[in-house]
Amino acid sequence: MGPPWAWTSLLAVGLIATVILSMGMGYLKISPLEVIKIIWSAITGNRALLEGMDKAYSFVVLEVRLPRILTSALVGAGLAVAGVIYQGILLNPLADPYTLGISAGAAFGASLALLMNITVLGMASVPLFAFGGAVLTLAVVLFLSSEKGGVSSNNLILSGIIVAAILSAGISFLKYIADEHVSVIIFWLMGSFVARTWGHVGITFTMVLLGFMLCFVYARELNILCLGDRSAISLGVRAQRVRLLLLVTASLITAVCVSVSGIIGFVGLIVPHLMRFLTGADNRALLPASALAGAILLCASDTVTRALLPTEMPIGVLTAIIGGPVFCYIFKKRRGMGAGYA
Amino acid sequence: MPDGALYELERVCFSYGEARVLDGLSLSLDRGLFHAIVGPNGCGKTTLMDLMIGIRRPDSGAIRFCGRDLSHIPRRAFAREVALVPQDYGINFAFTVEEVVLMGRHPYMERFSGPSSRDVEIVERVMDTLDISRLRYKFVTQLSGGERQRVVFARALAQDTKVLLLDEATSNMDIYHTIHCLGLVKRAAAQEGKTAIATFHDLNTAALFCDTIVFMERGRVAAQGSLDEVFDRKTIKEVFGVECRVFEVPFADCSGKSPVKQVVFKT
Repeated sequence: MGPPWAWTSLLAVGLIATVILSMGMGYLKISPLEVIKIIWSAITGNRALLEGMDKAYSFVVLEVRLPRILTSALVGAGLAVAGVIYQGILLNPLADPYTLGISAGAAFGASLALLMNITVLGMASVPLFAFGGAVLTLAVVLFLSSEKGGVSSNNLILSGIIVAAILSAGISFLKYIADEHVSVIIFWLMGSFVARTWGHVGITFTMVLLGFMLCFVYARELNILCLGDRSAISLGVRAQRVRLLLLVTASLITAVCVSVSGIIGFVGLIVPHLMRFLTGADNRALLPASALAGAILLCASDTVTRALLPTEMPIGVLTAIIGGPVFCYIFKKRRGMGAGYA
Repeated sequence: MPDGALYELERVCFSYGEARVLDGLSLSLDRGLFHAIVGPNGCGKTTLMDLMIGIRRPDSGAIRFCGRDLSHIPRRAFAREVALVPQDYGINFAFTVEEVVLMGRHPYMERFSGPSSRDVEIVERVMDTLDISRLRYKFVTQLSGGERQRVVFARALAQDTKVLLLDEATSNMDIYHTIHCLGLVKRAAAQEGKTAIATFHDLNTAALFCDTIVFMERGRVAAQGSLDEVFDRKTIKEVFGVECRVFEVPFADCSGKSPVKQVVFKT
């Protein structure tokens, strides 16, 4: 464990480097220097920087690759932040953004839109149905788990599992009646960043940034919630109110992320764990570190599947295949050293 | 400081669903004393603590703290008056001992600001007195139950309050640390006018430290008074249903009072 701000700075540099390298990679190879020139000219409006460069480069970088890369980074950041919040609130290191069934709700909504071929809302139909499904699911889970004095962690987890199970059955049924349409649903469920636009970037950026800021403001309260409700309330923290606020925030982040990208597992569970090894359990350090690491992981994974692999692989599959063993190795090794992991 | 009792509870009722836990409990607790609360399992001790710290609100009846209705006192201000060492001390995340003790300063810290020099000084002093300074960089998840309980105890002491509520706060500590921790609380009551309100399962530990003792039974107060008034064979038999004898031992307790009362049970 090192000083937390050193890790955050290092990760920030890592993210910038990942984004720049990713933009140069693909069918059309562009050097990092040219990428920087293109971006700088777009920001400053200085066309002179682009002299002597293929005209297509600028279009490819700014209109094709950058939106996809930024969307993947933002979704990675959002899922990792939501993971930190869920783990803290549910007092359970096994929790992830999908524990409360948000993903199942989004998947059900999206499957419905895909199956019925609903296009009344244009291109945004599927994401909007996914978002609606996620928010409805959250409302049902909160309703099921609330009792006198608020929502408890155990009730939330149990309600989430039940609702997710029902929705999974519903998704299976939709797949069953979908016949030849079934592949569309399956591909959506596995997650993808193909053909993401600046519109996706805008929506994701707004939600992830606002959500992150709100979570960061309450990071110390989240630390104290980890001591249990009795201690937290006796320390002057409005435990129920803070928990509900953070829960809804993390769920909305998750809902937006799932809506624009499909269901990408692993990031929200593993990144917070890995970052705890670096920064410790203090959420004030853990939240920014996890956001950056989640962004790096998903951006890099998406670049691997987009530019390095012979055929594009579902991003969710790739993150788990690469990240899983890395996590297993670190988990085993650090525990062997007695790093106090619970 | 206003006159009158520190805590006044008047006909307090509280139920979990259908199950009534506190049934018209009335109780008055004075300042500057160590009050022990004892009673059989399920008699409502922890619920009483929850009500006194404001984690739960009574269904009916009134709780006054320093003459003010408890529900009218702002949470943060109240956290600077009363601290709680809860019964459950499990922590799932690998915070260091120092981080946890520092959380006790939360009611004094502004959002986004780090600990002040006074916060740091108090945390250092509390860790020294509770003998956990050498554990400061250890993760609480690595500690034994008794050590972790000392960390939680330290976190409450760091809150630097006039009133300390202890809910089975020493249940997992060895006898040395039990005596040491409760001795600290007792001396703070005797010398600095602080107040301690503690639930116990072990009547003898309670008898070693308390000034007054409250016997609870089925959500009500069965007996309350000084040890001389109520700590006897008859009350213990009535409340716990066990045969015993109470002896006086010619020790002085940590505030210099002698003799000490202890109970021996017949099996």
